[in-house]
Amino acid sequence: MKKLLRYTTAMLTLTVSLNVMAAADLEVNTPGVNAIKSSMQARHAQLSAYYASGAVGLTADGMIALRDASAVPMAARQSVNALVAAENQDRGALYAEIANANAHPEWQAEIRSTFGQRWIQRAQPGWWVQSNGGWMQK
Amino acid sequence: MKKFWIALPLAALALSACVTINIYFPAAAAEKAADKIIEEVWQMQQSDKPATVKETK
Repeated sequence: MKKLLRYTTAMLTLTVSLNVMAAADLEVNTPGVNAIKSSMQARHAQLSAYYASGAVGLTADGMIALRDASAVPMAARQSVNALVAAENQDRGALYAEIANANAHPEWQAEIRSTFGQRWIQRAQPGWWVQSNGGWMQK
Repeated sequence: MKKFWIALPLAALALSACVTINIYFPAAAAEKAADKIIEEVWQMQQSDKPATVKETK
């Protein structure tokens, strides 16, 4: 009987400790995530003007897109396209990295859509965001 | 031997509890994590507009 009691206690302790671990925050403080974050941070200095002018908008799926090419001077169009492509590459990598860092690669789609909603929610007034498939100015 | 039949379901319950909890996507934690990263990338004020996250647990 004593043995059973000990076993049950051990099992309970294990369950509780595992549950606490599982309920913890999503891990986002990894070298991979931090590297992507600083790359995006540096790029934002160039992108913010295009968000403000409406040339670039935030899409519902957590990416960005060239919305209005005519808002960009001809000479800058190529560099804007490159900026958008690089940003989207980083964003895709960020979502994958967070999913992998938490040992749940299958969470990538949910992480992406969570980010999509939050980027749009926190966008500055005047920026263009995608909603119900159409563009809308915040 | 009787003890075994008590311990076995207990062990099964304990194990299934861990698995169940781990499959679900932690939506509230993900929103918080997203906000933190967005603030850093866009270099916003921390207290700018806190997420209206409701803890479900």
